[in-house]
Amino acid sequence: MVGVPDGTPRTLAEKVWDAHVVRSAQGEPDLLYIDLHLVHEVTSPQAFDGLRMAGRPVRRPDLTIATEDHNTPTDNLLTIADPVSRTQIETLRKNCAEFGIKLHSLGDAQQGVVHVLGPQIGLTQPGMTIVCGDSHTSTHGAFGALAFGIGTSEVEHVLATQTLPQARPKTMAVNVVGELAEGVTAKDLILALITQVGTGGGRGHIVEYRGEAIRKLSMEGRMTVSNMSIEWGARAGMVAPDETTFAYLAGREYAPKGEAWDEAVAYWRTLATDEGATFDTEVTLDASAITPFVTWGTNPGQGAPLSARVPDPADFGSEAERNAATRALDYMALTPGTPLREVPIDVVFVGSCTNGRLEDLRAAANVLRGRKVAGGVRMLVVPGSAAVRAAAEEEGLNEVFTEAGAEWRFAGCSMCLGMNPDILEPGQRSASTSNRNFEGRQGKGGRTHLVSPSVAAATAVLGHLAAPTDLN
Amino acid sequence: MEKFTVHTGTAVPLRRSNVDTDQIIPAVYLKRVTRTGFEDGLFRSWRDADPAFVLNDQRYSGASILVAGPEFGTGSSREHAVWALRDWGFAAVLAPRFGDIFRGNALKEGLLPVELELTVIEMLWDAVESDPSLAVTVDLGAREVRAGDLTCSFPLDDFSRWRLMEGLDDIGLTLRHEAAIGEYETSRLRFKPAVA
Repeated sequence: MVGVPDGTPRTLAEKVWDAHVVRSAQGEPDLLYIDLHLVHEVTSPQAFDGLRMAGRPVRRPDLTIATEDHNTPTDNLLTIADPVSRTQIETLRKNCAEFGIKLHSLGDAQQGVVHVLGPQIGLTQPGMTIVCGDSHTSTHGAFGALAFGIGTSEVEHVLATQTLPQARPKTMAVNVVGELAEGVTAKDLILALITQVGTGGGRGHIVEYRGEAIRKLSMEGRMTVSNMSIEWGARAGMVAPDETTFAYLAGREYAPKGEAWDEAVAYWRTLATDEGATFDTEVTLDASAITPFVTWGTNPGQGAPLSARVPDPADFGSEAERNAATRALDYMALTPGTPLREVPIDVVFVGSCTNGRLEDLRAAANVLRGRKVAGGVRMLVVPGSAAVRAAAEEEGLNEVFTEAGAEWRFAGCSMCLGMNPDILEPGQRSASTSNRNFEGRQGKGGRTHLVSPSVAAATAVLGHLAAPTDLN
Repeated sequence: MEKFTVHTGTAVPLRRSNVDTDQIIPAVYLKRVTRTGFEDGLFRSWRDADPAFVLNDQRYSGASILVAGPEFGTGSSREHAVWALRDWGFAAVLAPRFGDIFRGNALKEGLLPVELELTVIEMLWDAVESDPSLAVTVDLGAREVRAGDLTCSFPLDDFSRWRLMEGLDDIGLTLRHEAAIGEYETSRLRFKPAVA
């Protein structure tokens, strides 16, 4: 086997990388073995067509799993009104049947956002390589897996060979020092980090999130952080597995059982970055200084504490940043100097692969309990999966949401990306727990402020950007 | 994939940074199951919203080289962004920095991502704006961009360059090592999950 350790201290990323090198040759990218390939309807049809044209089978259907999430409706499970969307879903169903791939379709108990599915059924485990034709595949790095998004040509490549040629990225440590204050969440942490380092700050690196504040996060929180690794350009984001990881995995459908569990945990414990290992780049973030954080612009690096004001483009250091801020404020229809707390909101979206898990829904429900969504505000609550939906209903969270006047919907990507019926109208402004505030991301002409689930809920109650403490 | 050796054409100056793939092609165009015909979606929101947007400017019609600002192609992994640029008629994108996934997708499809310093990009913007008919050459063999008096080299690893110049298909290359893949599979840790 290539990549057998020689005793040199290594980082988590290097260990996982080395364990998956099928072939290594001077002047060529490494050929990496892929342990799990997640598939959805949007980025796979052309890949399956490619296989058919070349007469190639799927090498490892048993390491491949599919779900329907991006273009599906969340108001019902049966009718996809848009014929083009329906064709894409039917194409996935046909391809999975033809190539022998397990598919969690609409109506299935495990259907949902592809990055919620893997962890929830225990398929996402430490030390694995995981890919998907979706940039938020970085989510799975929360388990100490090396997980990254790929394009459709690479989807075809993995289907055909179960490998990917990849140039070895650099490594980066994000050392999160100090502790998050009460009421400050994983979402605030990652939004603050992206504003600090910029949208290109992680480019070419596999990032490891480290430090006490990361260790104290739940798996859901770690997934929120890892999920947004791509928003600052990182190839992947990882968190070393620990007791929190093992406790989350134990007993899940695909988690190892019995002796295999003990063997797996023993192996997973060896994955942590060795004492003395070095990173190509190190970044430090002070968790104790973070307060509820929101975005004001049109990329995830254009953010500020909720307590701040809309910035003045003139205050930015470079001409490129000034131009970008001017364009962003024009698109967002915001005036420099306006307190962010005074920005009125039309639509609140709680959901997505960033913040659509049970803990996120609980956080939003805790704020909403006994309160009402402000008049004129529409609030959508979209569970990340059918299983999350069922678990939330078991706890009665759905009643909290509906009694507050929010819409309790079925699982899917929903308003995160503007390719299903859940979209903003032109000019509407949202507070969204999703991951991208790009122009038109949630619908043509829509304006997005990225927020945490608790900020989203407080915003829904007050009708303007707000934190739960504003409700007291 | 078609071979890429030397390409000469006119260029479009896109003076914007952080051009994410949602701008290159909005998600609504991603519902299709085909691999071609995405040119109608290219920069669609910007083309619709602004008559003065560079791709609406007749002076740049027929251009095949896009000159953009830093962090081009960030965000979503959608390869449709590369298909849309290619289907519109672009052969190369010149920018100071690219999103990693976009860059990888572009290399797979033979749309050349050329990294140049921002100062060089600014010189090209000025040159192309003052003369939209300026011939710009992207020479992959020499790893060089030439336009008027300007000559500038760009980085690209030897392996990617060789693949592009030979027009090679990655899957075919990998399948030459099928025995190594099979051998690796026999040594995988036994507790790794498989879908039942």
